[in-house]
Amino acid sequence: MIYLELFIGFLKVGLFSFGGAYAAIPLIRDVVLSYGWLDDEMLTYMIAVSESTPGPIMVNLATYIGTSQAGIIGGMLATFAVVLPAFIIILIVTAIMSKFINNKYVKALISGIMPCVIGIILATGSCMIVKNIFTGFTTAVDIKAVIISVILAGLFFGIKKDGKKLISPIALIAISAVIGMVVNIV
Amino acid sequence: MKDILELFLTFAKIGLFTFGGGYAMISIIENICVEKKKWITHEEMMNITIVAESTPGPVAVNCATFVGFKKKGFAGALAATFGVIIPSFVVIYLIAMFLNHFLEITWIANAFKGIKIAVGILIFDAGLKMLKKMKKQKFMLIVFICSTLLMIFITVLAWNFSSISMMLIAGAVSMVVFLIESRKAGEKK
Repeated sequence: MIYLELFIGFLKVGLFSFGGAYAAIPLIRDVVLSYGWLDDEMLTYMIAVSESTPGPIMVNLATYIGTSQAGIIGGMLATFAVVLPAFIIILIVTAIMSKFINNKYVKALISGIMPCVIGIILATGSCMIVKNIFTGFTTAVDIKAVIISVILAGLFFGIKKDGKKLISPIALIAISAVIGMVVNIV
Repeated sequence: MKDILELFLTFAKIGLFTFGGGYAMISIIENICVEKKKWITHEEMMNITIVAESTPGPVAVNCATFVGFKKKGFAGALAATFGVIIPSFVVIYLIAMFLNHFLEITWIANAFKGIKIAVGILIFDAGLKMLKKMKKQKFMLIVFICSTLLMIFITVLAWNFSSISMMLIAGAVSMVVFLIESRKAGEKK
């Protein structure tokens, strides 16, 4: 029964995928290959597609695999399954969070985890910028990527009014797509 | 009903413009839900970032459920979560049905070369904002610097070391430091 398999398979992915999509990819790979839904090459391709389309990567993969295995119902079931654990867990956490957040042990825990998360995010962002410019860490500089980076960073960090950025993150994404098309055609 | 619809539409917009995973989304959610609509505070945004990182599931879904619930209870959580996944569902469904060679379409590949750079900038900005608002205690700064360097090493060397284990270690270290300090404080008394 493919529907049940899709549901259970993606429920597993949704339940055990801690720390964002990239950390979850090994788990997704494991589930997808063990059910034989995609081969390794197709999965790699789909991860690239998920990265270049909007939305959470896990949701994208679930929709794609569900649809390709069992049509729109399969797509819906897989997507529903991958989201369900996060939804339920966050509801519970939110309901009890206000009680927990002022506990001194929780506060001590957060004072370690918070700077760690900030470090992870800053490092991830910096590495992504560097990776794009060097098209890898050892190869030559990609001039077009440098041009795009300078334009985007200038627009985003440079244009300010009353100390606030005028270009919103969504506007930046839209601008970046246009600049990407223009610069790479030339 | 109006609030529910607003939650749905806002998160559909967020879902439509989020490329490349959760960290980039933090920047967008912060911009819309904290700065523009003031649905949640910056403090709450920090907390949910930590919760989202340490609970399973897509960060986007975690954030949407949280903001929706804060604003309008269960119905709000449902509307926001549904909103944030509907754009990706539609886009991927269409790709799965009709486009077998999506990434080989030149203008899409080119647009994505630009988007990838914007995503890097947004993630960097999200981290920068959080750093600015972090309390500058010595211990927290040390953890921050160690985590940043470690994460850069992990990325450069392509180690298979998940960020969740790093957070667990950071949490454990801070707990130990806290216990030692409170014992010291207890002895002084």
